Amino acid sequence: MKRMLQLALVAAALLGGMALAQQKAVIGVSIPAADHGWTAGVVYWANQAKAQVEEAYPNLSVIVKTAKDPAEQANQIQDLVTVNKIDALVILPYESAPLTKPVADVKKQGVFVVVVDRGLTDPSIQDVYVAGDNPGMGRVSGEYVAQKLGGKGQIVVLRGIPTVIDNERYNAFMDVMKQHPDIEVLDAQYANWNRDDGFKVMQDFLTRFPHIDAVWAQDDDIAVGVLRAIQQANRSDVKFVLGGAGMKEFIKKVMDGDPLVPADVLYPPNMVATAVNVAALHYSGGSAILGTYIVSAPLVTKDNASQYYYPNSPF
Amino acid sequence: MQPDTTAPVRTKRRGLRLGGLGPLIGLAALVVLATILNPSFLSVGNIFNVLTRTSFIGIIAVGGTFVIIAGGIDLSVGSMAALLAGSMILFMNALTSALGGGWLTIVAGMAFVVILGALFGLGHGLAITKGRIEPFIVTLGTLGIFRSVLTYLSEGGAITLGLDVSDVYSRIYYGHLLGIPIPIWVFLGMAALGGVLLNRTAYGRHVQAIGSNEQVARFAALRVDREKILTYVIQGVCVAVATILYVPRLGSASPSTGLLWELEAIAAVIIGGTALKGGFGSVSGTVVGAILLSTIGNVLNLTSIISVYLNAAVQGVVIILVAFLQRGRRR
Repeated sequence: MKRMLQLALVAAALLGGMALAQQKAVIGVSIPAADHGWTAGVVYWANQAKAQVEEAYPNLSVIVKTAKDPAEQANQIQDLVTVNKIDALVILPYESAPLTKPVADVKKQGVFVVVVDRGLTDPSIQDVYVAGDNPGMGRVSGEYVAQKLGGKGQIVVLRGIPTVIDNERYNAFMDVMKQHPDIEVLDAQYANWNRDDGFKVMQDFLTRFPHIDAVWAQDDDIAVGVLRAIQQANRSDVKFVLGGAGMKEFIKKVMDGDPLVPADVLYPPNMVATAVNVAALHYSGGSAILGTYIVSAPLVTKDNASQYYYPNSPF
Repeated sequence: MQPDTTAPVRTKRRGLRLGGLGPLIGLAALVVLATILNPSFLSVGNIFNVLTRTSFIGIIAVGGTFVIIAGGIDLSVGSMAALLAGSMILFMNALTSALGGGWLTIVAGMAFVVILGALFGLGHGLAITKGRIEPFIVTLGTLGIFRSVLTYLSEGGAITLGLDVSDVYSRIYYGHLLGIPIPIWVFLGMAALGGVLLNRTAYGRHVQAIGSNEQVARFAALRVDREKILTYVIQGVCVAVATILYVPRLGSASPSTGLLWELEAIAAVIIGGTALKGGFGSVSGTVVGAILLSTIGNVLNLTSIISVYLNAAVQGVVIILVAFLQRGRRR
């Protein structure tokens, strides 16, 4: 009899514990490791969102994991499900194709899936997609360059790493340029989203072309190198350099009215924070959390720069 | 005992000089081709650009020549350069409040980074000789360690040099001496120093003897471990000197600093006629190899006859062609 009572108590305790565990939902966040400026921003904002969501919703806990390649990320999301027992997964896939199957497996186990930035190859897997707008970024950049040049001039383009992201941005930019036949794109070369390559490629463009009106560097890291190369060559023909992504140093330049950096086009790493908040809303109840949210790529100019300036972020 | 170990090496080297012109011929051909494609290639500004940007890889490769001739390899140089650059910037930023933003801080930063580089090299050397771990593994390990520590220090973003120091220090990269950019002088100086050390001193002969047959060198009572450790220290110091030139260029270090420099440096050494298996090689060859490599990139940027998607392929073809031209040296 005593034994029976003990057993019943233990069982009750276990059930109670499970009930408690069920009340506290766990959101797992899986993102690429901080290996360059933009991903550093992603890691920073994921941790910011964790702190903010855990404070706002006492019934939620958030786990942030970073991965250095697609294979590690695939293992990681398995661990998140089996070890950490997550209820929702927020994932910024390292690459779309290799992570589609692992995320599908997670989904089958009843996890609420929010995909950020890069989409999976099978969009039916995700419950919510918080999308970055790469073609939009290229288009906004193109429109700004065309407008700023008054539809006439000679420009050079520095591209990123040969990837889908780079192609989407570049093609959208070139589509805008096609509508402006008086703007000549002298050449486009890869600078690998890297400061040193930006410097080298720009030095060579300056050697090769005696007159350049503007530079589309697509990315602020590349633009750092581009600005140094222009400065070294003492060239006054280059009227402006348009970067992208929203590195804090560049937002600051725009704010301060640097004549060479009149604008920047945002590709905000804090879209990961948007996604974590969307996942959190799913557990607060009462609102429909479905479909696709597109985080737009707005133009940052002197007028609105201060609202995009985050001095504490590493990016 | 010394003539015994050095004599065969000497005759070998004399025989090799004839075939050693391969990379030089390759470079000359490239220069002619580039000038036909775009005459501005031969402008003074462009030549200075190419040589200045070669100086990082070139100086690192001078150190790499010693490591490889002694039969070793250092895969960590790119990551080491990144970590040294980041550490140097943090060190100088910390000193600015005490010493001001002038040359005092910069000289202290330079001394710091050279010592740190030498220590990294010493660590490699000890792990390889006393710890008896393959150099490939040791330096593959530190390749990961150095870069992650930098990534940790920078939180994945960039470590940026304070503006005051940056303004003064940038003269080291952008300044001229007798009309020639300072990095080119440093590159030439390091190469000359390396050449003398390799060909005109007992130490250089020992390194070559160890690389061609370590057992024989040991029997000949050469202090093999000490000499091998020294090659890694030389490599570390060379990386530090390259870093001293690199930091003032952009005034920042990030996790993408020095990415894949190890492959470029090793390629420069091998294209220059040094045997990957060790035993013989030359610093002058390495210098030509390094210039050749950065010239390919420069020519590709100066022309657009080939799709940018194929840039790496062109580099590959040129590297293989040059290796073909100097293949006689290996036999």
